[in-house]
Amino acid sequence: MRVIRAAGVSLRWEPRTAAVCGVLAAVAACAAVLVVGSGEFPIAPPDVVRVLLGRGDQATEFIVTTLRLPRAVTGLLAGLALGLSGAIFQSISRNPLGSPDLIGFTTGSATGALLQILVFGGGAVAITASSVAGAVLTALAVYLVAYRRGGGVHGVRLVLIGVAAAAMLEALNSYLITRAELRDAYEAAFWLTGSLNGRDWSQAVPLALALAVLVPAALLPARSLGMGELGDDAARALGVPVQRTRALLTVAGVGLVAAATAAAGPVPFVALAAPQLARRLTRRPGAQLLPAALTGAALLASADLVALHLPVAVPVGVVTGVLGGAYLAWLLSVPGRR
Amino acid sequence: MVSPARERPPKSPERQGPSRGAHPFGTALLAAALLLTVAASLAIGAGDVPIADVLPGVFSPDDGSRAQLIVHELRLPRTLLGVAVGMALGLAGAVMQALTRNPLAEPGLLGVNGGAALAVVLVIAAFRVDDLLVYVWAAFAGAAGAAVLVHLIGARGRGGASPARLVLAGAAVNAVFSAMTAGVMLFTPRTFGGFRFWQVGSLGGRDMPVFLRVLPFIVAGTLLALALARPLNALGLGDDAGRALGSSPGRTRALGALAVVLLCGAATAAAGPVTFLGLAVPFVVRTAVGPDQRLVLPYSLLLAPVLLLGADILGRVVAPGELETGIVTAFLGAPLFAVMVRRGRTRDL
Repeated sequence: MRVIRAAGVSLRWEPRTAAVCGVLAAVAACAAVLVVGSGEFPIAPPDVVRVLLGRGDQATEFIVTTLRLPRAVTGLLAGLALGLSGAIFQSISRNPLGSPDLIGFTTGSATGALLQILVFGGGAVAITASSVAGAVLTALAVYLVAYRRGGGVHGVRLVLIGVAAAAMLEALNSYLITRAELRDAYEAAFWLTGSLNGRDWSQAVPLALALAVLVPAALLPARSLGMGELGDDAARALGVPVQRTRALLTVAGVGLVAAATAAAGPVPFVALAAPQLARRLTRRPGAQLLPAALTGAALLASADLVALHLPVAVPVGVVTGVLGGAYLAWLLSVPGRR
Repeated sequence: MVSPARERPPKSPERQGPSRGAHPFGTALLAAALLLTVAASLAIGAGDVPIADVLPGVFSPDDGSRAQLIVHELRLPRTLLGVAVGMALGLAGAVMQALTRNPLAEPGLLGVNGGAALAVVLVIAAFRVDDLLVYVWAAFAGAAGAAVLVHLIGARGRGGASPARLVLAGAAVNAVFSAMTAGVMLFTPRTFGGFRFWQVGSLGGRDMPVFLRVLPFIVAGTLLALALARPLNALGLGDDAGRALGSSPGRTRALGALAVVLLCGAATAAAGPVTFLGLAVPFVVRTAVGPDQRLVLPYSLLLAPVLLLGADILGRVVAPGELETGIVTAFLGAPLFAVMVRRGRTRDL
């Protein structure tokens, strides 16, 4: 642990964590550049970078900035948001499986979006809004049901109630899909898998704006979050306002999931895997929020790159789902861990 | 969670006799409820069917009468399938909970439905078949594979297969399977059209051959499960005590798993994934009659079809154009699950 002090502000940093963050950011950026280069008209990575620096020719520039860059940006930002919110919820529930995609928040967000797509027929803005509303309402319901006086909300109870909520909402989602015209239903099912296909700036920009607010809101109380893992009493003794921190982080975490799902659909397993991988990479205890966020971005961008280069067009959610399966079997079967 | 002490069957040897006769009133009540639900299922639904046409419709429909044909061709197979699937899921839930000594065990939550669904969609996509008998075999394979996988994952690590660990492993495996199912479905748009309806879990639109094809599997699974009541009681005492009482825990587990896979595979192949019924029924039954499997299993067998048909009838009347059975059970079952989790001692999970 090193400390930098300048003009009365002190910043603590740890060399290994900083190095891991640097590498993760580089991996994410490389994957994104390769994603931009992939397609029917392949563009070499140096040319992509040239365009990004504002020095490409006009045709390439059109393909890059108008057609492909939004997809890459959406992938990076959605991955970032999912990784960060996964770290928040795993820390709050003190359970590695307490990620928003297993405890129903992502499913609820999808329900909101599906209702808009299939029933009300609203446009992109309306879909985003109802996706956010779905996540918020689900989170609120799960919290209220899991809340018990004295015991608060954290722990396995929260996760199990979330699993029940997810099962219920999945039934509702399937129901909505059976009620739609085949074409709409197919489109909705594609969206439900989590996909970055055909994303344009109307998805990327709102996501970026949401993250500009939510990421600082999540990172600022990070220190208190780490202490919360010591147990509520210990944290309180150290002067951490436990319930307030938890409430603020929960709001930020739900917002992050909702924003990511609205833009990319309910991509599975990124929120579950990223925080765990980040923990192992940094070899540090506690919630590693920034490394988790960067891991999420690197994971989703790489998965999208894989999806683009498979012989059949697959939505990115299928890639993360399958990778997530392998990862999960490993996570659950490491002896002595939960 | 139910404490081990409450799971214990009665200890005194003189109560090892046929205890079903001890509750003749409860059995009669449940049987009457089942008959009433079956009658309601035949009489209630979309399409105008006068009460007078129901009985002739069941037994000897008059070709000229639309009402009698509706009863014979639509409601009768649906009702019979509802009874069979309900019995299968209720019994499977009870056996699973006894085997894992886990009151939260449930075919839908422990990944069994997800595995069956993935196998079915894979078979449709790979072999282009649309035959329910093939579905049944695929659903068995998927159900069995998923059950084994979830148990292996849940049982690893410190503390073994605790209730919460199993549910979490099930949720995770389900998530993987549903991502893969969605992937297969999207590769082959042709499978999507039919599969999206199967995926919800419904008794509607199944004809008599569907019922007749899954019936042998459900009957076999039911007989096997009922025969296991006493060994399951012994297992409830713990492996060592069970062995001392002369039963073989390993054999009980293997046969129990076989019964669960037979029952769930057949039910899921016929009606699609139906969640929470296997959770709710044994829970309600145990609350009423206690932990003796010789009562829990037969009562679950009688109560589950009442609830499933009830959910199905509710779905028929509550919304225009019908609400699928699986939706209704999920919306009624999830709150019950939440209540169980809140009541339980989740601290040590």
